[in-house]
Amino acid sequence: MADFLSSIGYEHWVIHVLLGLPILAIPAILFSPVKSARYIAFGVALTELVVGIGLWWAYDSSRSGMQFVTDISWVQGFGIGYRVGIDGLSVLMVLLSVIMLPLVVWSSWRGIDQKQRGFYALIMALNTGMLGVFVATDLFLFYMFWEMLLIPMYFMIGIWGSANRLYAATKFVIYTFVGSFMMLVAIIWMVAVVAKTTGVTSFAYSNLLDHAELLRPWGAWLFTAFALAFAVKVPLFPFHTWLPDAHTEAPTAGSVDLAVILLKMGTYGFLRFAIPFFPMFALSKTTGMVMATLAVIGIIYAALVAMVQPDLKRLIAYSSVSHLGFVMLGIWGSTVESVQGAIMVMVSHGLSTGALFFMIGMLYERRHTRKITDYGGLARITPMLATAFVITAFSSIGLPGLNGFVGEFLVLIGSFGRYPWLVGAASTVVVFSAGYMLWSTQRVFFNRLTNPLNEGIGDLNLRELAVIVPLIVAMIWVGLYPAPLLKRTSGAAHAYIEMIQPVLPKPALADPEVHR
Amino acid sequence: MIQLVWLAVLFPLLGAVINAALAFRRPMAKTAVSIVGVGVMAAAFAVALAVFRELQQSPVASYSVVLWHWMPVTDRLSIDLAFQVDHLSSVMLLVITGVGGLIHLFSVGYMRSDPGYARYFAYLNLFIVFMLVLVLGASLPVSFIGWEGVGLCSYLLIGFWYEVDANSNAGKKAFLANRIGDFGVLIAMFLIWWSLGTLDFTGIMMQGGAHWSRGSTMPLLVALFLFLGCTGKSAQIPLYVWLPDAMAGPTPVSALIHAATMVTAGVFLVVRTAAVFTLAPVALEVVAVVGALTAFFAATIGLRQYDIKKVLAYSTVSQLGYMFLGVGTTAFASGIFHLITHAFFKALLFLGAGSVIHAMHHALHHAHSHADPQDMRNMGGLRRAMPWTFALMGIATLAIAGVPPFAGFFSKDEILGAAFARGSEHPIYYVCWALGLAAALMTAFYMSRLVAMTFFGKYRGGEKSAEHLHEAPWVMTGPLVILAILTIGGGLINLPHFAGGSSWLEHWLAPVVQVAMMMVTPTPEIPSGMETTLIALAIVAAVTGLVGGYVLTTRSSIVTPEHAPEERGIWSLLYHKYYVDEVYHRLIVDPTMWLSRRALWQTVDAFLIDRIGVGGTARLAEGLGWLGSRLQNGQVAFYVTMFAVGAVLILRTLVR
Repeated sequence: MADFLSSIGYEHWVIHVLLGLPILAIPAILFSPVKSARYIAFGVALTELVVGIGLWWAYDSSRSGMQFVTDISWVQGFGIGYRVGIDGLSVLMVLLSVIMLPLVVWSSWRGIDQKQRGFYALIMALNTGMLGVFVATDLFLFYMFWEMLLIPMYFMIGIWGSANRLYAATKFVIYTFVGSFMMLVAIIWMVAVVAKTTGVTSFAYSNLLDHAELLRPWGAWLFTAFALAFAVKVPLFPFHTWLPDAHTEAPTAGSVDLAVILLKMGTYGFLRFAIPFFPMFALSKTTGMVMATLAVIGIIYAALVAMVQPDLKRLIAYSSVSHLGFVMLGIWGSTVESVQGAIMVMVSHGLSTGALFFMIGMLYERRHTRKITDYGGLARITPMLATAFVITAFSSIGLPGLNGFVGEFLVLIGSFGRYPWLVGAASTVVVFSAGYMLWSTQRVFFNRLTNPLNEGIGDLNLRELAVIVPLIVAMIWVGLYPAPLLKRTSGAAHAYIEMIQPVLPKPALADPEVHR
Repeated sequence: MIQLVWLAVLFPLLGAVINAALAFRRPMAKTAVSIVGVGVMAAAFAVALAVFRELQQSPVASYSVVLWHWMPVTDRLSIDLAFQVDHLSSVMLLVITGVGGLIHLFSVGYMRSDPGYARYFAYLNLFIVFMLVLVLGASLPVSFIGWEGVGLCSYLLIGFWYEVDANSNAGKKAFLANRIGDFGVLIAMFLIWWSLGTLDFTGIMMQGGAHWSRGSTMPLLVALFLFLGCTGKSAQIPLYVWLPDAMAGPTPVSALIHAATMVTAGVFLVVRTAAVFTLAPVALEVVAVVGALTAFFAATIGLRQYDIKKVLAYSTVSQLGYMFLGVGTTAFASGIFHLITHAFFKALLFLGAGSVIHAMHHALHHAHSHADPQDMRNMGGLRRAMPWTFALMGIATLAIAGVPPFAGFFSKDEILGAAFARGSEHPIYYVCWALGLAAALMTAFYMSRLVAMTFFGKYRGGEKSAEHLHEAPWVMTGPLVILAILTIGGGLINLPHFAGGSSWLEHWLAPVVQVAMMMVTPTPEIPSGMETTLIALAIVAAVTGLVGGYVLTTRSSIVTPEHAPEERGIWSLLYHKYYVDEVYHRLIVDPTMWLSRRALWQTVDAFLIDRIGVGGTARLAEGLGWLGSRLQNGQVAFYVTMFAVGAVLILRTLVR
């Protein structure tokens, strides 16, 4: 497969196609008949999937560093370029994104019955933005893609959302914009500082990284600016209150994109930018302790709050906060194991939470309610949906053998040496997560079916099965055989740890290697 | 064949997949489901037998079968999906596929008329898959797949009839209690890896012996966290509360999962990681004391239960306590011995109870009675209608009571003997022994009470239903007969010297715990006179309990539940299980819910963070904007004044 791909020059055009195709599709969708909008969108998404999936083979996991690199000057005077590339930190996120694209379109097939052209055009814009964030190796480009996501998401929530959509959309935009504006200031500051010494004005990631030493005097401020932007996106406790509102009000496609991709942009930002640029400050004992503690508070706090949510989507939103806390903990655990685990949680959370939002969307389309107490006893009339939901629920709470366990386990065991007490506290979440997932599953699918309005609910149709089954297959596969995924992220994780190793404070426990 | 041991896992897995597909597409194809469900168990048992035979002839005591690289992360953390075939796992393999197969067969009859028949067998097959992974796992993480997987199946099967709220609740409760234990196993894994750099069982044994000194903190912590996991899975104090509720599942499930196999996983885990425990003498004492206390405590509750399955459930908790008492005194082989014999006689008891419930259910159903078919107060005199079931359960009762020469006698006696022997090292073991002996007396008592209430006296379920009582079909009684044979002869596998045996199981398991036993002093010898006295005491306890239970039960007048008077005094306390569930609810569940709802969600999240923090920031911005807009009031005089004031201020700073 790799040979075939290289024979068609795959590595030269793949990123451009992935980024450009959805943009080109926007006018096509807007000027086509209403009925064909979703078909065009689906066709584009499917093409993106077919093109993007080639990365699985084309990406060379034996090399570390960027691959599929393109570097074209864009705004010469400011050193802004169209610089893109993929490495081990981003390859799985790109793959996850392209896999989700057709599923997202497909899941909206019936649910979106108004202003379809606008909706699918926004979906296309989101696609480019999401992929762009993960492939950009120019900070200006990165910032552009980052902000580019805000607008379609705002309209998606604001127009196709449910009752309280305007409040949620505005909150989402202001919340994230405040954070990312700080980041913009920091980026410009960094470029200026570097330019002053080297005489080269460039937004290139590699340029800034090479001269990261020059940024040290301002490390604390710059890191804080980046961290604010990323922490809001993750979201890290206590910057999380936009998420339950946004998730709950967004249409299914929006919730899925938010959960699967947008949240990961925050954690990806920490791994790619905030820590490598300012390792001295980011990984100092105090900062580390603060970040890890916030992560662990988020893990437990969000799980407890999720337990008492009356709204299914809110419940899953809080569970996302809890899961993303694991990613943050793994990042600051600062071992190859914990960082690999963090990336695995990013992927796993995408699969499980994506599937959960899809299924809640399917329930919503049938009953137009998200309230848990409106349901009950559905397993008898929707056995396939119930089965899929239970499997996903257990994957979400980290049942070993399914995908969730791999990442959580690696994060916890990898971070234990640095933060034994915090990891101990975080591990208690296995009880609380089972609490919120099983309790809600029971109240929706088990017990007696008492609400007569639920009698007519139909089981999954073929289209819905086609959305859910691939995700469930992926959950089992990743749970039992994560090795190919680990292999692809391994080089980047090793390189990352090697890079930060010199500034890492001594961990609490000695390295396990000493005993071997 | 040893390298093909994964076939034993694959067959039930195929069964689970096929039965799940049938459950969706052809739920009424019961013949196909039965053939697949039971057939894969027969195949798995054949594999288990072949593996065992080969291992018996092999000079090597332990094989590692690597299936694939599961989590190859770094050089120091690379976990394979690997199985460890050794003397311990091969025996467990036989018990699980053997007893499991019989229970599958019994289920064909018991679940015949259930609409969820295919789904039931899919779950049951899947359970076997995970149980086998648990015992075969070569490392803690691999065993943990099985460990949590059996918890999943237990959850699904307890809540099998999910339309009754109580059943769903019981399933959830079981999983949650187990997860508290699993937290312990996770922490133990982290500690082990950071301390020893390995998670393989062999590695833990070897590295632990090399790097940990006996009595130091690390092995103690690891052992206690592992044991926390055991108290969850094996229903010991303080996490035992889920097991009695788990009786909400179909009765064969209670026999398979909640008596014979899954709940013994904790005992298995202690033996698997025996070296950790022998390096931590304090942990061993904890294990023994918790085991003895649980054995005693659960037995007292068993004295005053009326639901036939509840009696057996508390009995299981109590018997598991014995097993932990055994391994806690480093009598690892005795613990496994009791695990095996208990699997035989308790499966027999549960399946017998299943036959009884089956018969009662049909009889009451035909009579249009709404009486509880599991309440022993509605039974009585069933030995006439169900002579086979009566005889078979009678055998199991003698075994569990500890009457020689039935299997339970030998295994229980060994455990009590070991506890007594260790008493010369630490007096706490004498206490354990005494608790164990008292529990033995009570065991005999509540079991003979159960038999007396069920099979003797007059039938209390009403005349109309009496004529519908009948013996179970052969597909149900057949497995019972085989289990009864095992119950009678099971003691042979570890027949002690005084009975003319050669302690086969102890020798067989010796290589498994060889390293562990090097860390402890061998169990002190008991003088033979003393040994005879102990055996005599145990037999006296058994006989006293049996006779006492029978006499007291048949002499008292038993009234049906609706006419039963309020329980009084100590009986009330036992009947209500010491109110432990209520206490847990008040002390743990309610405060957690209050904390989550009132404190964290409504106060911290919605009010402090969102309203004060986020909303406050928004209002602050709004206020500043308002202030700014006030300045732009359009009056030229105001602007001039402001301009003048500003100019003066600037001038002043410049001039100075």
